[in-house]
Amino acid sequence: MQPKLALLDDELIAKILEEAFELLRCPAVKVQNPEARELLASAGAKLYPDTQVVGISKSLVQKALESVPREFYLYDYDGNPVIHYGGDSIHFDPGSSGIAMLNPDTLEHETTETPHLIRLLKVAEQLPQYDAQSTAVICHEVPKDIQDSYRLYLALLYSKKPIVTGAFTNKTVQEMIEMLTLFGGSAEAAREKPRAIFDVCPAPPLIWSNFGAGNLIALAKAGIPAEIVSVPLAGAAAPVTMLGTVTQHTAEVLAGITIHQLAKPGSPIVWGGAAAIFDMRKGATPMGAVETAMLDCSYAQVAKSLHMPTHAYLGATDSKLVDAQAGLESGITAMVGALSGINMISGAGMLDFLACHSAEKLVIDAEAIAMAKRMVIGIKQHTETLATGFYDEKINFKGGDFLKQKITMQLFREEQHLPSSVIDRDSTRAWKAAGGLDAFGRAKLRVKELLASYRRPELDLDKVNRLHAFMRDLAQKAGLEQLPALEDYQPT
Amino acid sequence: MSEELYKEMAQSIIDGDSEKSVELAKKSIELQMHPLDTITKGFVVGVNYIGDQFGKGEAFLPELVMAGEAMKAAVATLEPELLKLGEARETMGRVVLATVEGDIHEIGKTLVGTMLSASGFEVTDLGVDQPAEKIIGKALEINADIIGMSALLTTTMVRQREVIEELDKEGLRPRIKVMVGGAPITKEWAEKIKADGTSEDAVGAVQLAKKLVGKE
Repeated sequence: MQPKLALLDDELIAKILEEAFELLRCPAVKVQNPEARELLASAGAKLYPDTQVVGISKSLVQKALESVPREFYLYDYDGNPVIHYGGDSIHFDPGSSGIAMLNPDTLEHETTETPHLIRLLKVAEQLPQYDAQSTAVICHEVPKDIQDSYRLYLALLYSKKPIVTGAFTNKTVQEMIEMLTLFGGSAEAAREKPRAIFDVCPAPPLIWSNFGAGNLIALAKAGIPAEIVSVPLAGAAAPVTMLGTVTQHTAEVLAGITIHQLAKPGSPIVWGGAAAIFDMRKGATPMGAVETAMLDCSYAQVAKSLHMPTHAYLGATDSKLVDAQAGLESGITAMVGALSGINMISGAGMLDFLACHSAEKLVIDAEAIAMAKRMVIGIKQHTETLATGFYDEKINFKGGDFLKQKITMQLFREEQHLPSSVIDRDSTRAWKAAGGLDAFGRAKLRVKELLASYRRPELDLDKVNRLHAFMRDLAQKAGLEQLPALEDYQPT
Repeated sequence: MSEELYKEMAQSIIDGDSEKSVELAKKSIELQMHPLDTITKGFVVGVNYIGDQFGKGEAFLPELVMAGEAMKAAVATLEPELLKLGEARETMGRVVLATVEGDIHEIGKTLVGTMLSASGFEVTDLGVDQPAEKIIGKALEINADIIGMSALLTTTMVRQREVIEELDKEGLRPRIKVMVGGAPITKEWAEKIKADGTSEDAVGAVQLAKKLVGKE
């Protein structure tokens, strides 16, 4: 039995959905993209002249919910289905779109450039807890026009894992789809075995921006998965109550699904978010708050009542350092996400309200994720009798007897997660002998090991060269003559 | 031919497969291989390998203990042959282990025993709640090089001192070395009661034992 966390009962979920439908009718949704408004209007939605506001009826949403896929997979470079969006499957990926990275030696938050992203990709590639990569940080040294496509370019070059990404404009989403097509072999192949999923954000409250809705439409038409990341802030950009915020979140996601399915019925889309409470002392959006995790657990329950695939932003912290606060906020919220059966949980590695990334935090978070994944496996019955079969004639009432049983050797790995060297279970003597390091110190060592052991994946040279050429062309159009030199890749 | 067999022997220890190690020991007797060669070139190689792996964190306690058990079973099979030849297996040393009187917590001590056996020591484990005279009596009986004593409780750790005082009174030290261990045992305590050393874990205990018998 997979252990599950539930915060809402069925009655409350039904009420949330009913009120969300009501919100979609009145005050209705602001849709700033003309094509999206047109799609909605021609399907019978009510346009309010001169306001961009569109009233969406319950029946229109329900029609969209009929065509939306209830599950799909993301694939790795080799074409293996790695990520199952659907049911209660759980996966984790590093957080996305950081603008800074923690320097482990100076503890400065450095403005991120190409080497920072490569460092994160290399570390995440080797940690099995991360089923997907993310386009984790922005590379500030390249022009704004290509910052989103450039991140995907690097992820494709340094990883074989599926990728959680996102575009910053309606123009670049097309370019990024082209990149995936190029790497997948054809548009059909990129659709059949999608390698990447795109986060698409509505703006709270109840706004689908020109770019957000435009991305939904482009992705739907291409058949590339989209992940709605609705970001209501309880008490500021959404009602102060948890239930009010979850209801607004539901309405925003339902509006997005409707636009998406009208553009192309049957295209894959995920019910996701980065909901948070609004901190009333600092005016901040705490990602490590327990209420933030509770919002996510709640909206995941709403999504699951409609059998939708799910996503959430958890496993992050608001601390500026990889410290005890980082550990407790990231660990607790990752556990809540896992117990909520959320298909993709993004946020690991991130500090400072999702602004700053840390490779060291990524390796520590991997341990919390391993604990959460172990928890979700639950208690298994491996033997017919629970205990009686263990007491054979060799048991002579000595501690340690069970260490001598073959079954102990056979089963201990299934029963126990074996943590990496980041987790200290040494005696004091051995701990001191190893340098007497704290978790951050051990994480620094582990990152160094992982960077040293990283090997660039073997990729089809022809595809790689075409990708280089494609990116060079985009860069030149954006006014950048020469792309940054890449570790492990000879200039071509 | 024997090279292949040695490899299989080492593997049987690595796999912690006592049935296989005994079967191979019997086979070596049939083939009239020298039992000392069988042990040192075959089985011991496996024990050393798993010990190394454990030290690196790549092997785990169940594997280590099972390897120790497989080793013990193989050596027991070969022992009569060794006796016939009038030779004894050269051991690292003889150790008597016990948890002191009044204390019944022995998991750490049992692990130390396993590690010592796997490292070539001949270990006699008396178990829990052992008074000084029994521990010393056994040490004399088997001509032990080392006595190892554990205690988990602060109320029973004082018994370690009694055993040491008794040994000193009988003039049995430094012939018999004393190691002490257990959760409350510190280096300071070991020095205070004039023990020859202490370790916080089983891996350290083996290093200490080797040092005490001059075979580092």
